[in-house]
Amino acid sequence: MILLWLWRRWRRHRADAAEPDAAPTAFRPTPIREGPSAAARGPLALVVHQARYDLLGVLRNGQSRFFTLILPILFLVIFCSVFGNGKVHHVRLSTTYVPGISALAVIASSFVNLVISITAQRETGVLKRRRATPISAWILIAARTLTALGTSLVVVAVLLAVGRVAYGVKLPTSTIPGVALTAVVGSVTFCVLAYALTTAISNEDAAQPMVQAIMLPLYFISGVFIATSVLPGWLHHVAEVFPVEHLADGLHHAFSPGAHGSGIVWSDIGVLGIWLAIGLAVALRRFSWLPKTASG
Amino acid sequence: MEPVVSIQGLRKRYGHVDAVAGIDLEVQRGEIFAFLGPNGAGKTTTVEILEGFRTRSEGEVNVLGVDPAKGDAAWRNRVGAVLQESNAEPGLTVRESLQLYSGYYLEPRGIDETIALVGLEEKADTIGTKLSGGQRRRLDVALALIGDPELIFLDEPTTGFDPSARRTAWHVIDGLRELGKTVFLTTHYMDEAEQLADRIAIIAGGRIVAEGTPGTLGGRNRMAATIRFTLPEGTGAADLPPELRALLAGEDGRVTLTTDTPLVHVHALTGWAIDRGIDLPDLDVRQPTLEEVYLELTRSEP
Repeated sequence: MILLWLWRRWRRHRADAAEPDAAPTAFRPTPIREGPSAAARGPLALVVHQARYDLLGVLRNGQSRFFTLILPILFLVIFCSVFGNGKVHHVRLSTTYVPGISALAVIASSFVNLVISITAQRETGVLKRRRATPISAWILIAARTLTALGTSLVVVAVLLAVGRVAYGVKLPTSTIPGVALTAVVGSVTFCVLAYALTTAISNEDAAQPMVQAIMLPLYFISGVFIATSVLPGWLHHVAEVFPVEHLADGLHHAFSPGAHGSGIVWSDIGVLGIWLAIGLAVALRRFSWLPKTASG
Repeated sequence: MEPVVSIQGLRKRYGHVDAVAGIDLEVQRGEIFAFLGPNGAGKTTTVEILEGFRTRSEGEVNVLGVDPAKGDAAWRNRVGAVLQESNAEPGLTVRESLQLYSGYYLEPRGIDETIALVGLEEKADTIGTKLSGGQRRRLDVALALIGDPELIFLDEPTTGFDPSARRTAWHVIDGLRELGKTVFLTTHYMDEAEQLADRIAIIAGGRIVAEGTPGTLGGRNRMAATIRFTLPEGTGAADLPPELRALLAGEDGRVTLTTDTPLVHVHALTGWAIDRGIDLPDLDVRQPTLEEVYLELTRSEP
């Protein structure tokens, strides 16, 4: 059933590609309302305004649709198929895949997609043209973060739904605050880190390899694909320095049947918060509107 | 009235090279000002300093009463810029791009009216990145106009265009005059400056080498005019009266005379021809073209 749904998505994606001139009718913004402009209605209105159009840009980009929306679901299906869905200590294996893949989905939306698209926007002069307008950097960063947060939460919800319907994953109920808080803090942290990382990338061709070089090893040692319990202790300690482990750990905990209370792991939230602060400082200090490869 | 743009002693140094080597300029309200020069002459450096993208090494710069290096949101509300290179907003149609940008400004222009101004009505629902080069440039102009700025910078707006796309772009830029906008245009096309500008300054090697209206630039109005005509068979330049023979600049089937006083000499020539019963059907008197003036002015520069 899921494969069929994926196939339909893919067909629709191909249909969009075959008809390049027209804007896909599936993603249309509501008509702009009359009256004062977003800027005239204040900074918050401007953030929401920018986020609406950022979201359109993400949804209309076949590559970001695939990597942020479809790939995580594909991973869940593959994991459950390859490793089976047996029970270990009375817990279905899929119950451990869902939080790991959810961490991957949050990172795909909030980090991978962002680094690539922001670098491209900077190098192709899109940001430079925005610089010539009155909009300020923090509004752009806040809006893009809001967009990524939205897509992250939607994909996590879809993963939960697929896990529940197809693989009988037990949904967290009392620990919903843990899932939500970890996902939200994680998403915002990775968005800010994405902005920080782009300042170190010199051209758009380097963005994709750079992101993968950073994230692939971290996925493997941080409990996204493999449980951290099978890792040697020193490697787990290495992973604990980085935010991926804490996002994955927070989500795993909220899903585990033994979790108590609201399921929030404050130590994980704390480490994510430290990375958030570091990322924000770097992003705001070093944010660049201008192409790094520009000549003349 | 205070000038919209004023520059005094502007200098931009990269290492030991002066990309801009001390220039003075003023642009008045409502003027279309063309900043002309070969590639690498310092045009884009200057305009990017005016737009607030680059810092300067020396000199005073004032744009709408503000130093662009300290330009804030209120200042950017009054200035529009068409950059030399900038892609369309990814994934957005022409209309959506304008809706997005209109939200950035306190008092934006109408969307449809702005689309019509640049002639993109038929492409309003096309994704910006799918437009042709000329259409994309017009979208850039529309995006620069949506905030209803007083001053618009256009950095080489027609580079790489085919002739018909250039004509269309010129028409759009000419339309800005009717809106009462001040336009600061950089170009390396002489005909573009001549067609559009009220005033032209030529920059070469980081210095202003000439400034004036298209008619008077570089002393064009005082430069020697050229008289050209073809004599019938059996008659040669040697048969011309001595005062005209003294002006002879070339004879290769067609006779060319150069003169500082074309009226007097055309009068002498036509008098001589009528006396002899000769017609001069291709008689042609002209001033040096702006292109010739420009090449002359920028020739000796590195």
